[in-house]
Amino acid sequence: MRINCPICGDRDRREFYYLGAADYLNRPAEGDLDGIHKYLHIRENPAGVTKDLWHHESGCSSWLVVERNATTHEIHSVTLASEVAK
Amino acid sequence: MIDLVAKSPAAGLLPVTVGASTLSEQPVTQIYSIAPFKGAHVSTALKKAVGLGLPNVGGSKSEDGVEILWAARGQYFLIGAKPPPLPAAITDQSDAWCTVALTGENTDHVMARLCPLDIASMEHGDVARSLVGHMSAIIVKRKGGVTLMVFRAFAKTLVHDLQTAMRSVTAQATLPD
Ligand SMILES: [Zn+2]
Repeated sequence: MRINCPICGDRDRREFYYLGAADYLNRPAEGDLDGIHKYLHIRENPAGVTKDLWHHESGCSSWLVVERNATTHEIHSVTLASEVAK
Repeated sequence: MIDLVAKSPAAGLLPVTVGASTLSEQPVTQIYSIAPFKGAHVSTALKKAVGLGLPNVGGSKSEDGVEILWAARGQYFLIGAKPPPLPAAITDQSDAWCTVALTGENTDHVMARLCPLDIASMEHGDVARSLVGHMSAIIVKRKGGVTLMVFRAFAKTLVHDLQTAMRSVTAQATLPD
């Protein structure tokens, strides 16, 4: 598996750390207990297109949003998390 | 007063030559990390002070014994000079890195055993952050080889991993058909 880092280019999977769903970018409002519960514990587990956060740990240190297909392993897009979270 | 003796990170381990490849430690010099503040322009002031501005992503610049490397996203390493005050986070990392040079015609083959990058496709002066074995490294392509930087504490592991690969590549090249 290879991920095309927007900064470094096409790189081997072993340079990256996987965090989890890109939902982590959408923090609930302070005091929204229901929202915080969902943010921490409730995840979709789609057999298909999914968006995840990856860290280019042994590369440029960027956080990336990687859109990929969990059934075909195809990677559709790689975006800097700083662009997505703007 | 006790007079402490400074030791280089790979003291007593290098240089090593196996077949056509040589691994040697580079002299310990000044290394400053420069991480410009968001939106800040530092290149002009830096060029005025040390003669070099910031390189492009994945690049480097060098002149008169001073070198500046792209080191990560938004981070640069100035080597061999002290930066002026800049709108940037600046840290002295001179004693934090072990810097070695791997040279010889089979450098690419040695690196292929330890690093996921295709070293042969890099141009002289190109810089990449990647792995050497399990170590996060700064890799600079040079004429006739590469310069590798890893955290100082990994010096012995770096030498061990590289030496093992150098032996293996050399042994394989001498096997009868
Ligand atoms: Zn990267």
